[in-house]
Amino acid sequence: MKVGVVTFPGSNCDYDAYSAIKHIMGEDATFLWHQSTDLEGSDLIMLPGGFSYGDYLRAGAIARFSPIMEKVIAFARSGGLVVGICNGFQVLTECGLLPGALMRNRHLRFSCKYVHLRVERTDTAFTGRCEDGEVLRIPIAHGEGNYFYHDDEVQQLEDNGQVLFRYCDASGRVTPEANPNGSVNNIAGIMNAGGNVLGMMPHPERAVELILGSTDGLKILESVRHALSYQSV
Amino acid sequence: MSKKATVFVRLKDGVLDPQGVTIAKALNQMGYDEFTSVRSGRFFELEIEDNEANLDQRLEEVCSKLLSNPVIENYRIEKG
Repeated sequence: MKVGVVTFPGSNCDYDAYSAIKHIMGEDATFLWHQSTDLEGSDLIMLPGGFSYGDYLRAGAIARFSPIMEKVIAFARSGGLVVGICNGFQVLTECGLLPGALMRNRHLRFSCKYVHLRVERTDTAFTGRCEDGEVLRIPIAHGEGNYFYHDDEVQQLEDNGQVLFRYCDASGRVTPEANPNGSVNNIAGIMNAGGNVLGMMPHPERAVELILGSTDGLKILESVRHALSYQSV
Repeated sequence: MSKKATVFVRLKDGVLDPQGVTIAKALNQMGYDEFTSVRSGRFFELEIEDNEANLDQRLEEVCSKLLSNPVIENYRIEKG
């Protein structure tokens, strides 16, 4: 697996993502500069967390017009696997690869803590290595992670099975108390209708070693590796 | 000759504006009880070189592609 990690000016989780792929998983990883127009043969594109372009205007709004994003969008439209984490999720909604929008957290505070996520489906490229209904412990770190979509459109997402991760308590119950930012239906991560683009606010790349507090993030990255190995057979 | 345009961007009705809610609460705590709701937004002042034939269309594009997010926001353009 070769993973291209995009670096925008203001990205600050690009090295975490690179390290998780390269040093923990032992896979090939490369940084892709935002001004580049070459995906360098990557099988998976990761849009990392951070504050691209200082979050000016709206989080992710300016990054989407970077030269590299034209290639990422074409890659995604042709079925390539793309994962956007935190700011990367915001970029994916801004550029239209994923539906909805990420708004200011309901309580207006930046939230940085471990949360629990319920895995809603395991028959996807991003969750194949998880158990049905598994609860993952993965950290969040964001001020604008409040997922919003209009009522009927959220219902459409739910009906299509595009919601992959929901904020829940330690036992997997999806409650208002477990919702850290006001996201509609406790949504923490979604995929596109084609099933090849994932966006999530929590940071799986920060939960890849026991010394970090959890290795649950690896399950998502290993799911992708597993899906890619199937693709290439 | 250059022209000016002002673009006002606001959240659509029905989309929660946590900043507005917080500002309204602060006003009420300050004793301004008559202000029952606040909606926040932002505006942009644009200076434009006036040699573009389809300026209106380009202005609309700028608003819908970058200055606003059509999923959650509306915009209004005032020219001049």
